[in-house]
Amino acid sequence: MKLIILENYSQASEWAAKYIRNRIVQFGPGPGRFFTLGLPTGLPRDHPESYHSFMWNNFFKHIDISPENVHILDGNAPDLQAECDAFEEKIKAAGGIELFVGGIGPDGHIAFNEPGSSLVSRTRVKTLAMDTILANARFFDGDLSKVPTMALTVGVGTVMDAREVMILITGAHKAFALYKAIEDGVNHMWTVSAFQQHPNTVFVCDEDATLELKVKTVKYFKGLMMVHNKLVEPLYSMKEMGAERSQSKKPYSD
Amino acid sequence: MPSNKSVSDAPIVQFTNCRILRDHQLQREDLWVREGKILNPEKLFFDEKGSADVQLDCKDSIIAPGFIDVQINGGFGVDFSLATDDFKSGIDLVSQKILSHGVTSFCPTLVTSPPSVYHQVLPQISVRNGGAHGAGVLGAHLEGPFISKEKKGAHPEHCLRTFEAGAFQDLLATYGSLDCVQIVTLAPEMRRSSEVIRELTKRGVCVSLGHSVANLSQAEEAVQHGATFITHLFNAMLPFHHRDPGIVGLLTSDKIPAGRRVFYGMISDGIHTNPAALRIAHRAHPKGLVLVTDAIAGMGLAPGRHTLGQQVVEIDGLNTYIAGTKTLSGSVATMDTCVRHFQEATGCSVETALEAASLHPAQLLGIEHKKGTLDYDSDADFLMLNDSLYVQATYIAGEEVWRQDVSGM
Repeated sequence: MKLIILENYSQASEWAAKYIRNRIVQFGPGPGRFFTLGLPTGLPRDHPESYHSFMWNNFFKHIDISPENVHILDGNAPDLQAECDAFEEKIKAAGGIELFVGGIGPDGHIAFNEPGSSLVSRTRVKTLAMDTILANARFFDGDLSKVPTMALTVGVGTVMDAREVMILITGAHKAFALYKAIEDGVNHMWTVSAFQQHPNTVFVCDEDATLELKVKTVKYFKGLMMVHNKLVEPLYSMKEMGAERSQSKKPYSD
Repeated sequence: MPSNKSVSDAPIVQFTNCRILRDHQLQREDLWVREGKILNPEKLFFDEKGSADVQLDCKDSIIAPGFIDVQINGGFGVDFSLATDDFKSGIDLVSQKILSHGVTSFCPTLVTSPPSVYHQVLPQISVRNGGAHGAGVLGAHLEGPFISKEKKGAHPEHCLRTFEAGAFQDLLATYGSLDCVQIVTLAPEMRRSSEVIRELTKRGVCVSLGHSVANLSQAEEAVQHGATFITHLFNAMLPFHHRDPGIVGLLTSDKIPAGRRVFYGMISDGIHTNPAALRIAHRAHPKGLVLVTDAIAGMGLAPGRHTLGQQVVEIDGLNTYIAGTKTLSGSVATMDTCVRHFQEATGCSVETALEAASLHPAQLLGIEHKKGTLDYDSDADFLMLNDSLYVQATYIAGEEVWRQDVSGM
């Protein structure tokens, strides 16, 4: 695991963005060679705060992605399990997920894999924990009865199959979950801990999120920042990479 | 990028690098247009898996809905109250010229005239969409002849009428037909006005109060019967008095039926209304303010003498008076000048100034679902403006119909 500790939310976000950018550029995507970026799913389609709106406003409308290359789980599909199975097939067809980017909940969940989710689970329909329903109530005018109780989600196993996993964790309210995820054992009550068994994980966090970690852990990883920062500097661009195709740079790994 | 649209093959244009007026705010968003309407890019992306065919860089312009002028008597030598042989080409000329002022829809206005004028002119006015030929015609605004003698302003006294005898039938006989009439201005203190107002409202005609000596209760009663507009607030009506605010009191009246809003026209050319009065009205009832030009034939022409229906008016700079008097008659200000002056005088936000000339007139006429906004599925009538609110380009139904000459014309 690489644990990247930045001072605050903005810096953590920026570091993560630069890292993802470099990874995409170095991968050299092209027609038929997809850089498959995995992201966790959320609310149903119809809602104005739906995941589709969220993704459109915060990501898709700012980039030049082709709509055909966007795959979002459809919570309104007639046969939900079939929708989930088809999603797994699409991932395989695209060559597997190159990089999965996600956050964790205060209860240590990744995507909607709530405590108790199998660590080898696949994309499926998941019942939501009361904490998650309460957290989502703000999108439904505070009316608990309107909040969906189920969601489609990629499984822990699905994410474990990704070639690389990046988890973003910011804020003091996530500190305990981060501690459980990296300093305690692998446990299905804290599903993010599954990534201790993934060969290629990056945790990007801010100072507040480290509040429950041992000082030793924090000092160790802060000490590695000089080396880790080489992953984001220099910042590559597609145009440059085109010219330097012959000298391919391998990303640093531990 | 291949655009694979399932709903329509028409080209999709994406206007980028701009700030659009949406939800009462200037937002840094792209504007998407297809088949003359504003397109929802999110639906295009997810439902149709489509993308833009053409991307236009707007160089950081402001994009606002096209202006709607609901009171314009003519311009460029054309007088809408004059029954000439080439009346239609007069409408065409004005509708084409006002594109450069940012007006994409308007209501040709007729001042008090003899019935023969209405009978000849009205059949030649037809509601039509705008385009490269000019701004769209929404319908006529008939200002008079059922107005008060005491507040006739520039209207000819010998043509004033009442509808005491036959109420609505008298009105219909005077005008001949109401087919393409959008707004009628009348004085509500006239006997039987309530019946007339009700009948007009029933037929979808917007009733406006103006050129009147009505007190507040008479005005409120008119609103209860259906009136929704006030013609050029402050002008040609009793001045505000603290024990009887008159028509001006409608701005803060508590007798307006629920769910209805009273709108009021303001000529913000710096002459018809003192900026302090403009500010008082704006602060009292900001959501009802509708900018109008009340432009006359002389607008766009050199100073001198021009006609306004049966009268002769003299233009001196921005001032227009009945020849030989100090009675104001119409204005020669252009709509974009009014928007800029309004913004300066009130210190309001750019969004507010732009909405007073687009959203509010659309709401007055009940057409805000397709005009006056940049909401998805609205008609793509919009303007590109610079930060000082000078119009750089005018678009109707998504097509560019006027552009500021770079040489600075």
